[in-house]
Amino acid sequence: MANAKLQTGRPLSPHLQIYRPMLTMMMSIAHRITGAALYFGTLALAWWLIAAATGPEYFNFVNGLAGTLIGKLLLFGYTWALIHHMIGGIRHFIWDTGRGFDLSVVEFMARASLAASLGLTVLIWAIALIAPGGL
Amino acid sequence: MADMRTPLNKVRGLGSAKEGADHFWRQRVSALANIPLTLFLVATIALLAGKDHAQVAAYLGSPLAAIAMLALIVSATVHMRLGMQVIIEDYVNGEGAKILTLVANTFFTIMVGLACVYAIIKLSLGS
Repeated sequence: MANAKLQTGRPLSPHLQIYRPMLTMMMSIAHRITGAALYFGTLALAWWLIAAATGPEYFNFVNGLAGTLIGKLLLFGYTWALIHHMIGGIRHFIWDTGRGFDLSVVEFMARASLAASLGLTVLIWAIALIAPGGL
Repeated sequence: MADMRTPLNKVRGLGSAKEGADHFWRQRVSALANIPLTLFLVATIALLAGKDHAQVAAYLGSPLAAIAMLALIVSATVHMRLGMQVIIEDYVNGEGAKILTLVANTFFTIMVGLACVYAIIKLSLGS
Protein backbone atom coordinates (compact mmCIF):
# COMPACT_ATOMS: atom_id res chain seq x y z
CA MET A 1 0.00 0.00 0.00
CA ALA A 2 2.92 2.33 0.68
CA ASN A 3 3.57 2.75 -3.02
CA ALA A 4 -0.05 2.96 -4.19
CA LYS A 5 -0.85 6.27 -5.86
CA LEU A 6 -3.82 7.73 -4.06
CA GLN A 7 -5.63 9.57 -6.82
CA THR A 8 -9.20 8.94 -5.84
CA GLY A 9 -9.41 12.23 -3.92
CA ARG A 10 -10.90 10.57 -0.90
CA PRO A 11 -9.89 12.03 2.48
CA LEU A 12 -6.68 10.78 4.07
CA SER A 13 -6.30 10.30 7.79
CA PRO A 14 -5.03 13.46 9.49
CA HIS A 15 -1.31 13.65 10.25
CA LEU A 16 0.66 14.78 13.29
CA GLN A 17 0.06 18.53 13.08
CA ILE A 18 -3.71 18.05 13.29
CA TYR A 19 -3.67 16.45 16.72
CA ARG A 20 -3.21 18.12 20.09
CA PRO A 21 0.17 16.93 21.39
CA MET A 22 -0.23 14.24 24.04
CA LEU A 23 2.34 12.49 26.24
CA THR A 24 1.75 9.05 24.73
CA MET A 25 2.18 10.47 21.23
CA MET A 26 5.37 12.31 22.25
CA MET A 27 6.74 9.11 23.80
CA SER A 28 6.09 7.25 20.55
CA ILE A 29 7.93 9.96 18.60
CA ALA A 30 10.73 9.99 21.20
CA HIS A 31 11.15 6.23 20.81
CA ARG A 32 11.75 6.60 17.09
CA ILE A 33 13.98 9.67 17.47
CA THR A 34 16.13 8.06 20.18
CA GLY A 35 16.40 4.97 17.97
CA ALA A 36 17.59 7.03 15.02
CA ALA A 37 19.97 9.02 17.25
CA LEU A 38 21.47 5.82 18.65
CA TYR A 39 21.90 4.56 15.07
CA PHE A 40 24.27 7.45 14.34
CA GLY A 41 25.61 7.50 17.90
CA THR A 42 27.13 4.09 17.18
CA LEU A 43 29.59 5.97 14.94
CA ALA A 44 30.91 7.67 18.08
CA LEU A 45 31.22 4.30 19.84
CA ALA A 46 33.14 2.91 16.84
CA TRP A 47 35.38 6.01 16.82
CA TRP A 48 36.14 5.64 20.52
CA LEU A 49 36.88 1.89 20.19
CA ILE A 50 39.13 2.46 17.16
CA ALA A 51 40.93 5.21 19.09
CA ALA A 52 41.52 2.81 22.00
CA ALA A 53 42.85 0.22 19.56
CA THR A 54 45.10 2.76 17.79
CA GLY A 55 47.21 3.87 20.74
CA PRO A 56 47.56 6.27 23.68
CA GLU A 57 48.19 9.40 21.63
CA TYR A 58 45.11 9.20 19.43
CA PHE A 59 43.03 7.88 22.33
CA ASN A 60 43.95 10.91 24.44
CA PHE A 61 42.86 13.19 21.59
CA VAL A 62 39.43 11.51 21.30
CA ASN A 63 39.06 11.25 25.07
CA GLY A 64 39.90 14.95 25.30
CA LEU A 65 37.03 15.73 22.92
CA ALA A 66 34.71 13.57 25.03
CA GLY A 67 35.83 15.48 28.12
CA THR A 68 34.80 18.91 26.78
CA LEU A 69 31.46 20.38 27.84
CA ILE A 70 29.88 19.53 24.47
CA GLY A 71 31.39 16.05 24.63
CA LYS A 72 30.00 15.48 28.12
CA LEU A 73 26.55 16.72 27.06
CA LEU A 74 26.56 14.39 24.04
CA LEU A 75 27.68 11.50 26.23
CA PHE A 76 24.93 12.28 28.73
CA GLY A 77 22.39 12.48 25.88
CA TYR A 78 23.70 9.22 24.42
CA THR A 79 23.26 7.35 27.71
CA TRP A 80 19.77 8.86 28.16
CA ALA A 81 18.81 7.81 24.60
CA LEU A 82 20.10 4.28 25.29
CA ILE A 83 18.15 3.95 28.53
CA HIS A 84 15.02 5.66 27.22
CA HIS A 85 14.91 3.49 24.09
CA MET A 86 15.53 0.38 26.22
CA ILE A 87 12.69 1.20 28.63
CA GLY A 88 10.45 2.06 25.66
CA GLY A 89 11.30 -1.36 24.24
CA ILE A 90 10.31 -3.04 27.51
CA ARG A 91 6.96 -1.18 27.25
CA HIS A 92 6.54 -2.69 23.78
CA PHE A 93 7.31 -6.15 25.18
CA ILE A 94 4.48 -5.68 27.71
CA TRP A 95 2.13 -4.65 24.89
CA ASP A 96 3.30 -7.67 22.83
CA THR A 97 1.73 -9.93 25.47
CA GLY A 98 -1.62 -8.21 24.91
CA ARG A 99 -1.49 -6.48 28.31
CA GLY A 100 -1.38 -2.82 29.27
CA PHE A 101 -3.72 -1.33 26.67
CA ASP A 102 -6.13 0.36 29.10
CA LEU A 103 -5.80 4.13 28.70
CA SER A 104 -4.95 4.63 32.37
CA VAL A 105 -2.20 1.98 32.16
CA VAL A 106 -0.84 3.41 28.90
CA GLU A 107 -0.70 6.87 30.45
CA PHE A 108 0.94 5.54 33.60
CA MET A 109 3.58 3.60 31.65
CA ALA A 110 4.39 6.69 29.56
CA ARG A 111 4.96 8.79 32.69
CA ALA A 112 6.82 6.01 34.52
CA SER A 113 9.21 5.26 31.66
CA LEU A 114 10.05 8.94 31.15
CA ALA A 115 10.68 9.38 34.88
CA ALA A 116 12.72 6.15 35.00
CA SER A 117 14.89 7.02 32.00
CA LEU A 118 15.69 10.51 33.33
CA GLY A 119 16.20 9.27 36.89
CA LEU A 120 18.44 6.36 35.90
CA THR A 121 20.58 8.53 33.60
CA VAL A 122 21.14 11.14 36.31
CA LEU A 123 21.86 8.40 38.87
CA ILE A 124 24.41 6.67 36.63
CA TRP A 125 26.28 9.89 35.92
CA ALA A 126 26.13 10.95 39.56
CA ILE A 127 27.78 7.64 40.49
CA ALA A 128 30.33 7.96 37.68
CA LEU A 129 31.25 11.51 38.70
CA ILE A 130 31.41 10.81 42.45
CA ALA A 131 33.31 7.51 42.11
CA PRO A 132 37.06 7.86 42.81
CA GLY A 133 38.99 8.55 39.64
CA GLY A 134 35.85 9.67 37.80
CA LEU A 135 35.75 12.48 35.25
CA MET B 1 -9.89 7.88 -18.27
CA ALA B 2 -10.07 7.97 -14.53
CA ASP B 3 -9.07 4.79 -12.80
CA MET B 4 -12.09 3.76 -10.81
CA ARG B 5 -10.36 0.93 -8.93
CA THR B 6 -9.52 1.65 -5.32
CA PRO B 7 -5.92 1.18 -4.05
CA LEU B 8 -7.16 -1.72 -1.93
CA ASN B 9 -8.64 -3.43 -4.97
CA LYS B 10 -5.35 -3.11 -6.84
CA VAL B 11 -3.35 -4.96 -4.21
CA ARG B 12 -5.96 -7.51 -3.18
CA GLY B 13 -4.96 -11.02 -4.19
CA LEU B 14 -1.29 -10.12 -4.68
CA GLY B 15 -0.51 -11.54 -1.26
CA SER B 16 1.78 -10.13 1.42
CA ALA B 17 5.56 -9.98 1.12
CA LYS B 18 5.50 -12.82 3.69
CA GLU B 19 8.42 -11.37 5.60
CA GLY B 20 6.57 -9.31 8.20
CA ALA B 21 6.60 -11.92 10.96
CA ASP B 22 10.31 -12.63 10.42
CA HIS B 23 11.14 -8.91 10.64
CA PHE B 24 9.05 -8.52 13.79
CA TRP B 25 10.64 -11.58 15.38
CA ARG B 26 14.25 -10.60 14.62
CA GLN B 27 13.56 -7.09 15.93
CA ARG B 28 12.19 -8.49 19.22
CA VAL B 29 14.94 -11.10 19.68
CA SER B 30 17.67 -8.49 19.11
CA ALA B 31 15.77 -6.10 21.41
CA LEU B 32 15.72 -8.73 24.17
CA ALA B 33 19.47 -9.32 23.78
CA ASN B 34 20.02 -5.56 23.80
CA ILE B 35 18.53 -5.09 27.27
CA PRO B 36 21.36 -6.66 29.34
CA LEU B 37 23.97 -5.62 26.75
CA THR B 38 22.82 -1.98 26.88
CA LEU B 39 23.04 -1.99 30.66
CA PHE B 40 26.58 -3.37 30.25
CA LEU B 41 27.46 -0.61 27.75
CA VAL B 42 26.08 2.16 29.97
CA ALA B 43 28.00 0.76 32.94
CA THR B 44 31.13 0.54 30.78
CA ILE B 45 30.81 4.14 29.56
CA ALA B 46 30.29 5.42 33.10
CA LEU B 47 33.09 3.24 34.46
CA LEU B 48 35.65 4.25 31.82
CA ALA B 49 34.80 7.95 31.64
CA GLY B 50 37.99 9.88 32.33
CA LYS B 51 40.22 6.79 32.53
CA ASP B 52 43.57 6.76 30.71
CA HIS B 53 44.44 4.63 27.68
CA ALA B 54 46.14 1.78 29.54
CA GLN B 55 43.14 1.27 31.84
CA VAL B 56 40.60 1.47 28.98
CA ALA B 57 42.62 -0.87 26.74
CA ALA B 58 43.08 -3.39 29.55
CA TYR B 59 39.35 -3.35 30.35
CA LEU B 60 38.15 -3.64 26.73
CA GLY B 61 40.74 -6.33 25.99
CA SER B 62 39.77 -8.53 28.96
CA PRO B 63 37.88 -11.65 27.84
CA LEU B 64 34.55 -11.00 29.57
CA ALA B 65 34.28 -7.34 28.53
CA ALA B 66 35.45 -8.13 24.98
CA ILE B 67 32.91 -10.94 24.51
CA ALA B 68 30.10 -8.76 25.91
CA MET B 69 31.15 -5.89 23.62
CA LEU B 70 31.18 -8.21 20.58
CA ALA B 71 27.73 -9.54 21.49
CA LEU B 72 26.47 -5.98 21.93
CA ILE B 73 27.88 -4.89 18.57
CA VAL B 74 26.31 -7.81 16.67
CA SER B 75 22.94 -7.52 18.39
CA ALA B 76 22.82 -3.71 18.23
CA THR B 77 23.77 -3.46 14.55
CA VAL B 78 21.17 -6.11 13.59
CA HIS B 79 18.57 -4.17 15.59
CA MET B 80 19.71 -0.83 14.09
CA ARG B 81 19.37 -2.15 10.57
CA LEU B 82 15.84 -3.44 11.19
CA GLY B 83 14.74 -0.24 12.91
CA MET B 84 16.16 2.11 10.29
CA GLN B 85 14.61 -0.07 7.57
CA VAL B 86 11.16 0.68 9.03
CA ILE B 87 11.92 4.41 9.22
CA ILE B 88 13.09 4.42 5.57
CA GLU B 89 10.02 2.49 4.42
CA ASP B 90 7.82 4.99 6.26
CA TYR B 91 9.36 8.22 4.97
CA VAL B 92 11.21 7.58 1.69
CA ASN B 93 8.60 7.40 -1.03
CA GLY B 94 10.34 7.19 -4.42
CA GLU B 95 11.09 3.58 -5.36
CA GLY B 96 14.69 4.29 -6.49
CA ALA B 97 15.53 6.45 -3.47
CA LYS B 98 14.00 3.86 -1.18
CA ILE B 99 16.10 1.00 -2.57
CA LEU B 100 19.27 3.13 -2.42
CA THR B 101 18.69 4.17 1.20
CA LEU B 102 17.84 0.59 2.19
CA VAL B 103 21.13 -0.61 0.68
CA ALA B 104 22.97 2.32 2.33
CA ASN B 105 21.41 1.22 5.62
CA THR B 106 22.78 -2.29 5.17
CA PHE B 107 26.26 -1.02 4.24
CA PHE B 108 26.35 1.51 7.10
CA THR B 109 25.36 -0.97 9.82
CA ILE B 110 27.78 -3.63 8.57
CA MET B 111 30.69 -1.17 8.33
CA VAL B 112 30.07 0.35 11.77
CA GLY B 113 29.78 -3.15 13.20
CA LEU B 114 32.98 -4.34 11.52
CA ALA B 115 34.89 -1.26 12.70
CA CYS B 116 33.87 -1.98 16.31
CA VAL B 117 34.62 -5.71 16.00
CA TYR B 118 38.06 -4.96 14.51
CA ALA B 119 38.90 -2.60 17.39
CA ILE B 120 37.80 -5.10 20.06
CA ILE B 121 39.77 -7.96 18.47
CA LYS B 122 42.86 -5.77 18.14
CA LEU B 123 42.59 -4.76 21.80
CA SER B 124 42.05 -8.39 22.84
CA LEU B 125 45.00 -9.85 20.94
CA GLY B 126 47.34 -7.12 22.17
CA SER B 127 48.86 -4.38 20.08
